[in-house]
Amino acid sequence: MSEADVLLRVDDLQVHFPVHKGAVFRKQVATVKAVDGVSFQLKRGETLGLVGESGCGKSTTGLAILRMLEPSGGRIEFEGQDITHFDKSSLRPLRRRMQMVYQDPFGSLNPRMKVRDIIGEPLEVHGLANDRKAFDQRIAQLMRTVGLLPDMADRFPHEFSGGQRQRIGIARALALEPALIICDEPVSALDVSIQAQVVNVFVELQQRLGMAYLFIAHDLAVVRHVSDRIAVMYLGRIVEIAARDEIYRKPLHPYTQALLAAVPVADPVVEATRKRVPVSGEVPSAMNPPSGCRFHTRCPLAMDRCRQEDPTLRDLGAGRAVACHLHDMAA
Amino acid sequence: MTAIEQTNASLGQEMRRNPALQFLGRLFREKPFGAAAGILFLIFVLAGLFADVLAPYGFNEINPIQRLKPPSWAHLFGTDNLGRDLFSRCLYGARLSVIIGFSAAFLATVISVVIGALTGYLGGRFDLVTQRFVDAYMSFPELVILIAVVSVVGPGMPQIIGVLSLAFGIAGSRIIRGAVVSVREHMYVHASQSIGASTSRILWRHILPNIMPPIIVLFTTRVGAVILVESGLSFLGLGVPPPAPTWGGLLSGSGRTYMFQGPWLALAPGLCLTIVVYATNVFGDALRDLLDPRMRGSR
Repeated sequence: MSEADVLLRVDDLQVHFPVHKGAVFRKQVATVKAVDGVSFQLKRGETLGLVGESGCGKSTTGLAILRMLEPSGGRIEFEGQDITHFDKSSLRPLRRRMQMVYQDPFGSLNPRMKVRDIIGEPLEVHGLANDRKAFDQRIAQLMRTVGLLPDMADRFPHEFSGGQRQRIGIARALALEPALIICDEPVSALDVSIQAQVVNVFVELQQRLGMAYLFIAHDLAVVRHVSDRIAVMYLGRIVEIAARDEIYRKPLHPYTQALLAAVPVADPVVEATRKRVPVSGEVPSAMNPPSGCRFHTRCPLAMDRCRQEDPTLRDLGAGRAVACHLHDMAA
Repeated sequence: MTAIEQTNASLGQEMRRNPALQFLGRLFREKPFGAAAGILFLIFVLAGLFADVLAPYGFNEINPIQRLKPPSWAHLFGTDNLGRDLFSRCLYGARLSVIIGFSAAFLATVISVVIGALTGYLGGRFDLVTQRFVDAYMSFPELVILIAVVSVVGPGMPQIIGVLSLAFGIAGSRIIRGAVVSVREHMYVHASQSIGASTSRILWRHILPNIMPPIIVLFTTRVGAVILVESGLSFLGLGVPPPAPTWGGLLSGSGRTYMFQGPWLALAPGLCLTIVVYATNVFGDALRDLLDPRMRGSR
């Protein structure tokens, strides 16, 4: 990967939330390590799928990159700038380059604003809406881009279906022509029949406009469709990262194997006979993560070493990395 | 391009008309009761405004021969113990009560919204400290504070308006704060922040429009409450000083003293009070529903 191509470089990112007790004499009683040492790179125009179960820190990672949260440690580099601790005024120009699409198409649009004003808000905020005619044209263009009729611009969000609302959200994210869009489970709130349409909107837009996506999801089928590479998160860490086809062909980490095996097959005969890798137990608390490998409490292949020694994310070459002692030995 | 989801196309082709007229049309079509209440209320405002022209007698015109007369064509609402025409006094009372009721309720709502929106949205230590002051204020009996303040600033209309708006404004800020806290957590606020919108823009474009329902309800209930509290203060001699007629003053002065000899003395200002308070509440409810785009087209 040549240096110029790298859009986003995340290095050992940590987001810790202190847990306080008491209103007057506040003392910190614990720390939730929502994100604890996440590293990856994202090229221009590339899609990185970020998967993992609920609470593993994938959304928190997205929010920290967008700098809606203050990272507790590590480094975020975007377009060659270290943005880890940018303050509010230096973040403003950055907001034009990074946008977000939200999970809930109902909650993410202000019910009192017309579609025109919702899509146009980024333009207004960044002072690009002074010419009324050009503004209207831009709105119409954005609406067509995401597959909405421009004459719907004067309607309110409640007049649209879930899929249409998500298109409005995408149009808003596109308005400033960002280099990176963070998609936080953008289709998981939609009907399955609509999901495919919206996913295709994402894919088509990337082909035409060339922005990069950080695509956060828990649906492996969706992630497989949109991603170039996939990172699997578990309890605040990336346990495996690889090119899409690699990870689906030969998952290396036991957790990835379990995740992929949990996806049902649409053929009842195959489904009845296929081999499953069951993962038992609950996700441990991020307040008090297990010693050694964080997955050892649920791993069917756990060894003594896993309980004591924390595996690092080891580069296996060809853009593939895994954090597992099993592959330490293999390498 | 993927399939475009079609929705009812006729909606978009609605004729573009004057938005104010359009709104009035919707008010009459969708909320006939609200419209009626609005008209009723307008009548009282106009009556107060043109009291000079409409009143057959002066509000302080004493006629010892016509004392305590029941309602008749000469004196529509009857006369009081000094022979003053009650209809005229109610008209002038409308002027005072409506002015006080509206200006104090309006200022109180503005104060509530400013305190509530800032503490609710900014949160943190500022919220904690400010709201403890509000707590302290609310733990006092309101009347005691009002009496104390009025006895310092003295009776009179501007003072009454100032004191009442401050008193109701501080108490109401808690309601607004609660609404702001719940709106603040919506993803569209988050989305606006992530775009880089300023705090004032978020408050103005996202928070304020979405807390309009409680603001309107707060305002309309306050109008009635202010008029009532003002009559309480007048009763204690701390309101607008006599002989200026306010409905509260009429109710608690001659109305109470001559309750049995002339029941109309209490009935007339009491009914005026009831009708105006009721009308503002009904009108406020209608307004709240109409201003919500989600209610558009329903009913």
